[in-house]
Amino acid sequence: MFESLSDRLGDIFKSLSGRGRLTKEEVELGMREVRLALLEADVNFKVARALVDRIRERAVGADVLESLTPGQQIVKIVNEELVALLGGEHRKLRYQSQPPTVVMLIGLQGSGKTTTCAKLALATRRDGHRPLLVAADTQRPAAPQQLEKLGKDNQIPVAMPDGKSKPPDLCKRGLEEARRLNCDVVILDTAGRLQIDQPMLAELREIRKKVTVHDTVLVVDAMTGQEAVNVAREFDQQVGVDGVILTKLDGDARGGAALSMKESMGKPILYTGVGEKVSELEPFQPERMASRILGMGDILTLVERAQSQMDQKTAEVTAKKMLAGRFTMNDWLEQMRQLRNMGPLEGILGMIPGGRQMIKNAGSMMPTEKDLSRMEAIVLSMTAHERIHPEVLKSQRRRRVAAGSGTTLADVNKLLKGFEQMQSVMKSVGGKGSKGVRGRARMLRQLQGMDPAQLGLPRP
Amino acid sequence: MSPTEPFSQPRREAWWRRMSRRMDRASLSFSEQVRDVVLLRRDLDESFWDDLLQVLVGADCGLPVAERLVDRLRTRVREERMTSAEEALRALKAEMLAVLEARDRRLRIVAVPTVVIMVGVNGSGKTTTIGKLAHRLQSEGRMVLIAAADTFRAAAIDQMRLWADRSATEVIAHQPGGDPGAVVYDALQAAVARGIDVVLVDTAGRLHTKVNLMAELIKVRNVARRVIPKAPHETLLVIEAPTGMNAIAQARVFHEALGLTGIVLTKLDGTSRGGTVLAIEEDLGVPVKLVGLGEGIDDLNVFDPRAYLDALFAGVLEAPGSAPGPATPAPAKPGAPKPATPKSGSAHR
Repeated sequence: MFESLSDRLGDIFKSLSGRGRLTKEEVELGMREVRLALLEADVNFKVARALVDRIRERAVGADVLESLTPGQQIVKIVNEELVALLGGEHRKLRYQSQPPTVVMLIGLQGSGKTTTCAKLALATRRDGHRPLLVAADTQRPAAPQQLEKLGKDNQIPVAMPDGKSKPPDLCKRGLEEARRLNCDVVILDTAGRLQIDQPMLAELREIRKKVTVHDTVLVVDAMTGQEAVNVAREFDQQVGVDGVILTKLDGDARGGAALSMKESMGKPILYTGVGEKVSELEPFQPERMASRILGMGDILTLVERAQSQMDQKTAEVTAKKMLAGRFTMNDWLEQMRQLRNMGPLEGILGMIPGGRQMIKNAGSMMPTEKDLSRMEAIVLSMTAHERIHPEVLKSQRRRRVAAGSGTTLADVNKLLKGFEQMQSVMKSVGGKGSKGVRGRARMLRQLQGMDPAQLGLPRP
Repeated sequence: MSPTEPFSQPRREAWWRRMSRRMDRASLSFSEQVRDVVLLRRDLDESFWDDLLQVLVGADCGLPVAERLVDRLRTRVREERMTSAEEALRALKAEMLAVLEARDRRLRIVAVPTVVIMVGVNGSGKTTTIGKLAHRLQSEGRMVLIAAADTFRAAAIDQMRLWADRSATEVIAHQPGGDPGAVVYDALQAAVARGIDVVLVDTAGRLHTKVNLMAELIKVRNVARRVIPKAPHETLLVIEAPTGMNAIAQARVFHEALGLTGIVLTKLDGTSRGGTVLAIEEDLGVPVKLVGLGEGIDDLNVFDPRAYLDALFAGVLEAPGSAPGPATPAPAKPGAPKPATPKSGSAHR
């Protein structure tokens, strides 16, 4: 997500910061680029214009022009404005002291309301609540069945329609059901509708009349383009919106819609949907999102994901081995697998500061998932002894490994060479005392300086 | 057997009139923005071009396409010595038409059975489109069979069945969570045995960034080829009109994996302009074949670029057939002349 926007801003500010001081004309040029980049990332054009105006106002100030690194200053300003635009602290649902808390999900068709209902229910359960789902979508064929199935799979009670009641009555009955089952959170799944469909909007107002809704949440597809602002504004004016959930953020949508939301509606983004599994709903974090937009990396998310995938002890042992130069093919294999568990390589690299630039520089040299599979196959075709002592791999053995893994001799050679280089880098870092921030920074620099092609990645 | 076009002409015209009416309901419509540009900027100066660029981007055309269109238009304005903004916009419409026309948009029903696979990201409207398409093909006297190969999303098979019931189309389905390839294999075998004309394959929604799920689609296609070597005859990517620039990424990846034969643009009933189709057609050369608007079973039709642009520019240029102007007129600026009243007429020249 936001990939191209970070790339773009990275490019702009690389050229700006390279020049040191900025003239007013240069700032203008930079601002034009920022605006176009925002537009390309699906940020609404009016929002983009307003944002750029604010940034320019601050950027042409004396502080920036006299500073030695004006490019950096501008990046900082853009970052601050983005954070401001994306909203303040994360807000949870408005849990009521007097249960039940009622949350209504609304949005366009296909934005992901039904799936999000189940995800949100699990999130409330993590907060220590007992959720109940109400299937009030009587429009889309089989929508209640979908919710029923999701409820059943996750042990969440679902109030199903009786085939004759209208949605407002279904919601009211759902509340009664919640009291009966002692559930303290009720989530209403409504039918998808257009923001200009008057009868359908009236139905939502009717629901709000019949039951007290504490949070009306607009579900928006992160892939939405310029239309996002209209959708947000109309739903807010016609029905009233308290918060937003942004879905399908696991794709590569640049998600400019996120930027447009707060500005056009003034309502916070509560959660983001980041996968097809019902557990994949994350609290929205403006700082992280802004850092990502600017290509400043998202180390926090990376660390969290790494923690959820890696066993702390194993990681420490591996790190020690690495620094002592006793890093074997087995460790490498293990690391590669853990890395792949964390998601696609590009996504991971994108979260590291400068990672976007690395991907860009690597271009077609960037290893694909297929390359990684091939590397795995090569290591797996080695004997246990060879994996610990790769130096025994002479031409005869190399040819066997190539045949066994379905690769060529050149691929195997390349991988071994890369591994050797990596080991020597690790050793030198370890030797110079890698403790503390400086040592690690040095290691990062060395790793960044390496040609990705030399990481031993076989090319087709 | 030669390619046949399953949608009849007269029906189409009325439908497009309806569509331009619906597109006009927009409170902040494309045409309104264009009109702002026309009326408030009388001279063809830098700010005019810059605004025009933003208007095109605002319709989700994408920056590269918008820039190319504007550049071409500037050249033309210079060469043909145009002076008024209206002239320039008329030329713009012609430029856009040039991008969109000149492509074969017929649904190719070329074999018995013809296999049509519907793919797309989650929530784009695949199942609904298949429901509508089945109805249309059935009502034209073709025998249709639906393969419910979305075995992943909860209740997707139920949804497909309910749609199929409306047009009395038979559905081949397995258990939820089953192998989509197996569903397709069974459906195609049944189709061959029964002499079915068209098999519509519904697949699970998937983001184009999920490598494994894309591989699954390729497998489904390969399974289809085991039964019918030339299948699929149509591989249609379903994209919803409100999608922004990501639509281009989607189209590119799905095209690389499967070789798309067409695009279905759905949900063109809001206020979104679906300008991404311009980018996709210019970028990949994959034609938009069908458009969906609304939830009714009849709300599906072939894509007609001319009518699409008429609807897009309705209220700005008095294109024949455009419905009365937008519901909310642009805020009148002092000194600005009133917008030209569109003339009513037939949907096509």
